[in-house]
Amino acid sequence: MNPWLHWLTGGALAAALILPALAENGAPVPVVLKDHRFSPTEIHVRANAPAQILLTNSDSTAEEFDSSALHIEKVVPGGGKGIVRLAPLAPGRYHFMGEYHSHTAQGVVIAE
Amino acid sequence: MLATLLIVFREVIEAGLIVGIVLAATKGVAGRAWWVSLGVASGLIGAAFVAGFAGEIAGLFQGAGQEIFDASILLFAVVMLTWHNVWMAGHGRAMAREMKQVGAQVSAGERPMAALAIVVGIAVLREGSEVVLFLYGIASQGGTSSVAMLTGGMLGVLAGAAVTALMYFGLLAIPAHRLFGVTAGLITLLAAGMAAQAVLFLQQGGYLEFLTRTVWDTSWILPQDSIVGRLLHTLVGYNDTPNGAQLVAYSATVAVILALTRFERARHPRPGMVRRAA
Repeated sequence: MNPWLHWLTGGALAAALILPALAENGAPVPVVLKDHRFSPTEIHVRANAPAQILLTNSDSTAEEFDSSALHIEKVVPGGGKGIVRLAPLAPGRYHFMGEYHSHTAQGVVIAE
Repeated sequence: MLATLLIVFREVIEAGLIVGIVLAATKGVAGRAWWVSLGVASGLIGAAFVAGFAGEIAGLFQGAGQEIFDASILLFAVVMLTWHNVWMAGHGRAMAREMKQVGAQVSAGERPMAALAIVVGIAVLREGSEVVLFLYGIASQGGTSSVAMLTGGMLGVLAGAAVTALMYFGLLAIPAHRLFGVTAGLITLLAAGMAAQAVLFLQQGGYLEFLTRTVWDTSWILPQDSIVGRLLHTLVGYNDTPNGAQLVAYSATVAVILALTRFERARHPRPGMVRRAA
């Protein structure tokens, strides 16, 4: 017996129940990465509600949206787009960076 | 160069620790060097492929391809680690005894070395693909700094290899009759941490969206992005702000492995009791 099967089935059911509620939570916040810098560098989201960032990578090389505070590691290929899903956050500031160009690619999510 | 070294080291360290644990867990098994090398080599080849097709992978599953991919290989590694521990529960005592008595290498036999080689391969693939993407980004920018940065990358890989050696020799300092018990414990927590990480990736991809609230926050004592935090994250799945689903996955993995190993141990009664009494 595979316990993960139960997990996935349960998860799929739960997701089906919860997803419609999430869809009402506003459009993704657009963020553009260009010359290894995020723009805007400050992203405002509602506290205690799920949110999404639509990251457009305008550089030719891949970048990883990395944040240990947000627990996110999302690779966005050069010239590609990626959805970064944020779990409901307590009010506060959450630092993130582009891991492959961390000297320039820096930003913060502000939940309020 | 130093920045590159640190970034590459940070990526390599996870795979390095896992290889170190696998090497210690397979002490005395004939042919293990071959298996582990096979795991590392296929992991490297896989890493190049994953990095090369990063765009294509990311585009699958409505943009959640990377998350599904990461979660799948992590869960596969969890199954392999579970298999290893369950197998060892049945055969480990006899092996430890044999090693102690003969003092020589025991044959691999039906030992699930393949399972551990796969785990090594997955660890190398996950971290390696990020290193490849990162170094590729540097190389494609050209300029004079490329050589220095690639040197930094090489040094980062070497530093990661040093971590493997430290982990391995550190574990070997444990007395032989305790070694397999310790590595089994480490592998259980490693698997649980991977399962929790897989849940995180699924949530990141927009699946399993329940119990997503943070249950506790220990970032003020031990931030996860500190060195110790990162090490513990790799080894035992430390997370400074875990959410409910991750905690459930973590505990369920530990519970399943313990239950299966206990069951397997019961099927193989303690060997050598009679001989030891004689």
